[in-house]
Amino acid sequence: MRAPQGRVPWALTIPAVAGLAFLVLPLAGLLIRTPWSSIGPRLAGTQVGDALRLSLISATLATGLCLVLGVPLAWMLARLSFPGRRLVRALVTVPLVLPPVVGGVALLLVLGRKGLVGQWLDSAFGITLPFTTSGVVLAEAFVAMPFLVISVEGALRAADQRYEEAAATLGASRLTVFRRVTLPQVAPGVMAGAILCWARALGEFGATITFAGNFPGRTQTMPLAVYLALENDPDAAIVLSVVLLVVSIAVLALLRDRWVS
Amino acid sequence: MKLRLAALALALPLALTACGGGSSSGKSSAPSKKTLNVFAAASLTETFQQLGKTFEASHPGVTVKFNFGGSSALAQQITQGAPADVFAAASPATMKTVTDAGDAATTPATFVKNELEIAVPPSNPAKITGLKDLANTKYKVVLCAAQVPCGAAATKALTGANLKVTPVSLEQDVKGVLTKVELGEADAGLVYKTDVNSADGRVKGIDFPEAATAINAYPIAVLKDAPQPGLAKEFTALVTGPQGLQVLTAAGFEAP
Repeated sequence: MRAPQGRVPWALTIPAVAGLAFLVLPLAGLLIRTPWSSIGPRLAGTQVGDALRLSLISATLATGLCLVLGVPLAWMLARLSFPGRRLVRALVTVPLVLPPVVGGVALLLVLGRKGLVGQWLDSAFGITLPFTTSGVVLAEAFVAMPFLVISVEGALRAADQRYEEAAATLGASRLTVFRRVTLPQVAPGVMAGAILCWARALGEFGATITFAGNFPGRTQTMPLAVYLALENDPDAAIVLSVVLLVVSIAVLALLRDRWVS
Repeated sequence: MKLRLAALALALPLALTACGGGSSSGKSSAPSKKTLNVFAAASLTETFQQLGKTFEASHPGVTVKFNFGGSSALAQQITQGAPADVFAAASPATMKTVTDAGDAATTPATFVKNELEIAVPPSNPAKITGLKDLANTKYKVVLCAAQVPCGAAATKALTGANLKVTPVSLEQDVKGVLTKVELGEADAGLVYKTDVNSADGRVKGIDFPEAATAINAYPIAVLKDAPQPGLAKEFTALVTGPQGLQVLTAAGFEAP
């Protein structure tokens, strides 16, 4: 399809350029203010390494959890018709609009040591989730899963269902159809959703600090380290932010080249 | 149609505020409207709001606007040029950030002190009686991060008592510690006496003698670039005066 001919509409391009500047300038400001000369010794501190490692591991585990639970959920929303489906879809997107801190409080009330489910987990298995790395993964998964579900559901709706029907008429079970036909068909959508989900998990702050707390090496992820460094050492916070920025851009670029485009 | 309604909804308040602005600036006989911006530590929220109302009542036309937050974050905002008249910090160290940057117009005056207390859930499930119990690794203890004043005070009290505590979490501010104790996720936490008071029975406070070694002083100062320097001095006088002290001590603060 060719772009329509005619003059460039300024009413669109001026806000577009302003929007671009609005998104890019703060990042440029971060790079301008970065104390490049002292970046080496600041990064050598063990706390940075710990926080970065913990962030990468927990975001990856959270994405794994979201894939295991979120893809079937997306399939249910796209392929099954059941009463209250619209309500379920609305519920799935709630964590998107909910302030993450509220999500963290809600997780505490359910999965905390005194929570509805957590109480039972503690007495029956001796498992307590708050203040643990598992808690970080859960908090990140809670906030990030809607991104995956929405993206996969969109891909499922756009996919041509005739292939699934053909497989079914040839005798394939519903599970086989899902595994051999549906999933390969929507793989790019799943990958895009997983990337969004991972990026959101990597940047998660509010639910993590509320549910899992903040302890170096165990629950202190990069965003938490940035926030606390800002309290007394803004330069350290800037260095940490730049590291997080570089890592996320690198991973996103790598994945996009390989899987999406 | 929908779009047009949305545009109208957006434009309406704009038009209204434009009218409001026009009419009020036209009259010169009415008392001039002034706004005093006060940046204050989060632990001062309830008391300063009360003092702000008192100040507004005695100064017609003046609105006191508060920015409550972690003292360190507020100090950063001030040194980065935030338009503030008065700064009340929860520690001399955070005030020093501002005075070192040359942003204070007056020498900071200490107006209250705050002491630490052990906060436990009302039923005290771990049977905590004193500071030494916090060193028991069986219990889940939550402290403030060392970067914020309550964390610095906690570290000072614990090192003074020669105790090694391994907390499960280092919270970003004192309210974070309070929440974890209130919900029963932590067995104990170190917070200010005033926080235990403001929690209104949802946590129990336990005094400990070692707290005397880590008392936090709260300094207040008028800022150099204050848009309302006169009002700022008067508000500071109210806080440091007898009326201010009465409100603050009622909330659990100690006289300087």
